[in-house]
Amino acid sequence: MTGQTLTLAKALGAGLYRAMTDDDRVVVMGEDVGRLGGVYRVTDGLQAEFGERRVLDTPLAESGIIGTAVGLAYRGYRPVCEIQFDGFVFVAFDQILSQLAKMHARTGGKVRLPITIRIPVGGGIGAAEHHSESPEALFAHTAGLRVVSVANPQDAYTVLRQAVACDDPVIFFEPKRRYHLKGEVDLDPVDPLPLDRARVVREGTDVTLVTWGGLVGTALDAAVAASDDGVSVEVIDLRSLSPIDHDTVAASVRKTGRVVVTHEAPRQAGLGAEIAATVTDRCFEYLEAAPVRVTGHGMPYPPAKLEGHYLPDLDRILDGVDRVLGRVEPFVPTAPAAPRSGAADARPVEAVAR
Amino acid sequence: MPSEPAVRTGPTAATPPKAYDGHRAATPRDARADRKNVVRDVRKEAPPRQEPEAPATPTLRLLDEQGARRPEPGLDRWLADLDPTAADEAARTAARATLVRLYEDMVVARRVDAEATALQRQGELALWPPLLGQEAAQVGSARALRDDDFVFSSYREHAVARVRGAALVDLVRVWRGVAVSGWDPYAINMASPQVIIGAQALHATGWAMGVQLDVDAGRVDAGAGLPVGVAYFGDGAMSQGDVNEAFVFSSTYRSPVVFFCQNNQWAISEPVALQSRVPLAERARGFGMPGVRVDGNDVLAVLAVTRAAVDRARRDGGPTLVEAVTYRMGPHTTADDPKRYRDAAEVEEWTGRDPIARYEAYLRSVGVLDDAEAARVRGVADDAAAELRAGCVALADPPPLSLFDHVYAEPHHALERERAEYAHYLASFGDDDGPGDDGAGGPGAPGDRAASGTGATTGVAR
Repeated sequence: MTGQTLTLAKALGAGLYRAMTDDDRVVVMGEDVGRLGGVYRVTDGLQAEFGERRVLDTPLAESGIIGTAVGLAYRGYRPVCEIQFDGFVFVAFDQILSQLAKMHARTGGKVRLPITIRIPVGGGIGAAEHHSESPEALFAHTAGLRVVSVANPQDAYTVLRQAVACDDPVIFFEPKRRYHLKGEVDLDPVDPLPLDRARVVREGTDVTLVTWGGLVGTALDAAVAASDDGVSVEVIDLRSLSPIDHDTVAASVRKTGRVVVTHEAPRQAGLGAEIAATVTDRCFEYLEAAPVRVTGHGMPYPPAKLEGHYLPDLDRILDGVDRVLGRVEPFVPTAPAAPRSGAADARPVEAVAR
Repeated sequence: MPSEPAVRTGPTAATPPKAYDGHRAATPRDARADRKNVVRDVRKEAPPRQEPEAPATPTLRLLDEQGARRPEPGLDRWLADLDPTAADEAARTAARATLVRLYEDMVVARRVDAEATALQRQGELALWPPLLGQEAAQVGSARALRDDDFVFSSYREHAVARVRGAALVDLVRVWRGVAVSGWDPYAINMASPQVIIGAQALHATGWAMGVQLDVDAGRVDAGAGLPVGVAYFGDGAMSQGDVNEAFVFSSTYRSPVVFFCQNNQWAISEPVALQSRVPLAERARGFGMPGVRVDGNDVLAVLAVTRAAVDRARRDGGPTLVEAVTYRMGPHTTADDPKRYRDAAEVEEWTGRDPIARYEAYLRSVGVLDDAEAARVRGVADDAAAELRAGCVALADPPPLSLFDHVYAEPHHALERERAEYAHYLASFGDDDGPGDDGAGGPGAPGDRAASGTGATTGVAR
């Protein structure tokens, strides 16, 4: 094994260096990726090594970046595009959803577009607006794309190389708050986990906790805290968000009978809903409690001083674990006061409904 | 009606819009006012127009509307091989063959287009976007290309596709609803036609950036002239961000691209004046590339201008924007009714500029075409129409499970499971035809496919 201690950001750079060395049709393109080395320095040193055309500083036009990458791939190249921040990717939505995702299907398999789109993702870094988004569900909902999210330096290195080698387009999410996380990286991993599989990162028997990207560390911390409380939590790093490795999740839930899903994105139509529905479908007879979701709220990402109340943290995840174990009273919403009625009629709605 | 005076005075106000051919209306409101003026026959009394600040971009032309060949030194040198009176007999024979081929390309395109429209009217196609009126723009430009160039077109470039080598039946697969693209892009070096307006301009640019990388890597010999990416789009696309971004990228990187804009005056119901206050070709200057305006109904001028633009790109001179001024004689698609938004006088005016009639008059005047040759070409066109019809009606519905075939290039466990699930559902009908089937059976009958159990072995265990 050739191992090195690298930050997640450096591991990504090492993965790109290796991919570009192995295949001269791999090109890196994006805003500030060349001379500057990227705003997070992920591509640092690549332009000096591979030249200005293979590590391309692009005009400030995200649709242009993805659209020209489609053309490059038409000619046999494997572009790795960097979208500088999560909130900037929407400018390129048509090129990703209507062009990139559909091209293989619409050409009857004649045109392959092996394009990797790297996107720094998520909050927790006190950033300005449009710099803390979690748009994974929008891409996971789009057929033709693969979506992955890495959480540690080894996966950053390995999964990025797998994504570049994959003949399908891959949306590659990099959790900003973990760019500086250090870890041992095997530069020649033998038989690595496939691109589309989840990993059990901590085994447990009482509750299955599913997450990915920036919250994997928080989830592991929560599992440690829960074990102090006598609760054994199994933590799954989903890694692949499309396709979702439901087999690994279901196998865990059949063992534990309980599942909590946590993600930064808002709850409605988030991946937590997909996972909860599929677990219910495949593990119904094993479930001891309804699946629980711990997520961001249904709102635009808040200002930095309030993001602590938006993002799931250790306490909220532990609260979710308590809920799925039936240890806390479930929340029962109260009926809103009727407009202009003036009556403080705050009966529990569920009591009314039943 | 309070708005009436404003509408009536729109184009005749104290500050009339800067006008040029094909741009007499600056806004839709002006366009409506123009139409009212036409109805009242007051166009001839239009007030004096404000002098433009700079000379209008010339519209290059080699054949006048009667088909007389006029010298144009800037263009003539690009057509040296098309002299029907060349002294050298071999050169003269070759020139005449090429001139006739351009004619044949246009006549066949028009005939095939009419046949496809008829097929739609007869219920064999769901929709068809006719190219009627744009034959010269498409044939002249497509015949300027090399095989190793690559075309990224919109959905109306049927004549371009035929020139590139598409089988006629491949033109209608999409419109019959049996596929979402008609041909293998790498077989004819032409991408699947684009429906999202202007998106393909970026693809052509990226492809051309790939050519530059190929030169760096020694995969392309620049000495032989660079292969060129060619984007076809319309006047409406000039307002799209993607087209403007393609101009920025290609100009900045000096990529070998030709942007071929067919200004057919209308984007469904919206006049070109809604897209631009200046001639479209003038936009190019702001991006740092040449912009050329050519009479799009003059096949020789289009051929010459495109050859020049392609040559510039081949010699590493970067992109060019070509604006071919033409007219969409028919509807946007067979679902459209242009009578709702444009007046008959305008259509009549453009009928007099018909690209084929003009070129035919020229060919007859130089003795390249006679009645017998014209009849032969008509026969070729009729044969093509018959081939299209036979191919079209023979296109069977694809089998249901082919739905799942090409969503991904590599194995995908979630989709394989869905496929198995749907195959299982279809199989539940046993030997009967599937739900909603009219009982006709044939290759589309679900029972046939489900029995083969494609994908049924993967990942179905719970």
